[in-house]
Amino acid sequence: MGLDAWLIRFAEEFDEAANRAALAFRAAVEAARLPGVTETAPTLASVVVRFDPERADPEALAAALAGLAAARDWRTAPLPPGRRLWRVPAAFGGADGPDLEDVARAAGGDPAAVLAARPLRVLTLGFAPGQPYLGCLPPAFDLPRRDRLRPGVPAGAIAVAVRQAVLFSVASPTGWHWVGRTAFRAFRPESREPFPLRPGDEIAFVPVSSAELARIAGRDPEDGGARAAALAE
Amino acid sequence: MTAGLGILALGPGASLQDRGRPGLLAFGLQPGGAADPVALDEGAVLLGQEAGLAALEMPAGGRFRATAGLRVALTGAPAAAAAGGRALAWNAVHRLEPGEVLEIGAPRSGVWSYLHLGGGIDLPPVLGARAFAARAGIGHAPGAGGFLPAGADPAPGRAGLGLPPAERFAGGAVRLVAGAQTALFPEAERRRFEALAFTRDPRSDRMAARLVHEGAPFLAQRHRRLLSDAVVPGDVQVTGEGRVLVLMPDCQTTGGYPRLGTVVPDDLPRVAQAGAGAVLRFRFIGLAEARAARVAPAERRRALAQAAAPVRRDPRDIPDLLAYRLIDGVADARDTTEER
Repeated sequence: MGLDAWLIRFAEEFDEAANRAALAFRAAVEAARLPGVTETAPTLASVVVRFDPERADPEALAAALAGLAAARDWRTAPLPPGRRLWRVPAAFGGADGPDLEDVARAAGGDPAAVLAARPLRVLTLGFAPGQPYLGCLPPAFDLPRRDRLRPGVPAGAIAVAVRQAVLFSVASPTGWHWVGRTAFRAFRPESREPFPLRPGDEIAFVPVSSAELARIAGRDPEDGGARAAALAE
Repeated sequence: MTAGLGILALGPGASLQDRGRPGLLAFGLQPGGAADPVALDEGAVLLGQEAGLAALEMPAGGRFRATAGLRVALTGAPAAAAAGGRALAWNAVHRLEPGEVLEIGAPRSGVWSYLHLGGGIDLPPVLGARAFAARAGIGHAPGAGGFLPAGADPAPGRAGLGLPPAERFAGGAVRLVAGAQTALFPEAERRRFEALAFTRDPRSDRMAARLVHEGAPFLAQRHRRLLSDAVVPGDVQVTGEGRVLVLMPDCQTTGGYPRLGTVVPDDLPRVAQAGAGAVLRFRFIGLAEARAARVAPAERRRALAQAAAPVRRDPRDIPDLLAYRLIDGVADARDTTEER
């Protein structure tokens, strides 16, 4: 990517194992402390390795990364330690998720039930600071993005597309389908921990009514009633 | 009273910028920072101070009052400037007296002008930098009535240095390297991209320079279901409608639109500073050629330091001032600010 980064991609199309590979491989690159590497970041199914062109030999770094990539089957590697499970209250449909019914029709199933059925993994943080992409949803939710951008969804909004959900960290326009809302702040610039979520964490949405969510937001404006617990390794 | 500049008027879109916040990519935050990092370096060289200090990045000029004697440097998109009735040379350092009003017009060419203070603009850092990051809503974007405090000036007596005019404000040739998605575009589309003349859409901002071209929209082999992947500033993205945009420092960290390639860092300021009417033409170069041609930032700063020399008053600045072009520009900026 340009002159100061390599991209290691584990899949062209998204799947859960490719994301597992990206998370595990990224942890291995961090542990390897390769010369000149300035930062690494996992995306959905790839890892960005940024380097300082003054201190790294780009081709030697590429060879080292290729060697590491070939060292094992990263798709079956264990996820990095230190992950957490977040239980996050969420309201679905109506003003909290105006696209819920359209999505239910297109997917042939209730998105609220699917999103609350089991914890979803933080596949990557991106697009906006601290903002999680969550997955995977069942194949029926492999929905294309909207043809027209929705001009704005609020921070805390849950939107779905391409077998994933996004929990918006800041208000933003989006091409995804807006189905629900939380009072959880995934980006807290004034806080000692500006980015509460880490790639590999899991989020379990706990359905609540719109009125209950408003009460939670008033009481707990940052966590929005969310509780975190360590995930077993 | 704290030394600094009170903001009397400021055109829309101005913000504090420095070298941004590298190292937060895994949390979804690009480094951000100045749209034209060369202009930051020029300011640092002129004032004889470190390159990481914050400056005011302005697309439409502004008017300021000095609360104490201080030094300022003007770099980036050249504009008419005056203080206390004297015209100020662009790309140069000037001393302001206490109470003096500094007026900077809208750019004559280019997009982003920079106002530097001796000691930098010392507003509190957020997550390690002072730069405003619009998407994250952090950093500083002051407006009329605000105040820009000066940090400790390392060389308060040193003024009068200037740099020769830069040529990156009128468009021109832009080199890019292929990336992971270049092959999604058929060969004929890549050729057409290289052959066309692009101009800047006025809706461009610090997230993306939107480009306009004649002829059919660009088409990748697939787009609506493309996997979101990492993006970096300089990426040349093609939207669902087939329009071309070049990602700027405040872009997102991931994107679902296909990318033609990545503009090399040395040519990115030329894209950022291509103002109305400036024509950009893109050319793919190989990665090895791009690496060989790359100018390291430290090397660039050394070259600038060598080029800095005492300024002689340019008589061509005087007619501008007499024709009140400068004053008109600032009046426009002030009106727009008040309407916001």
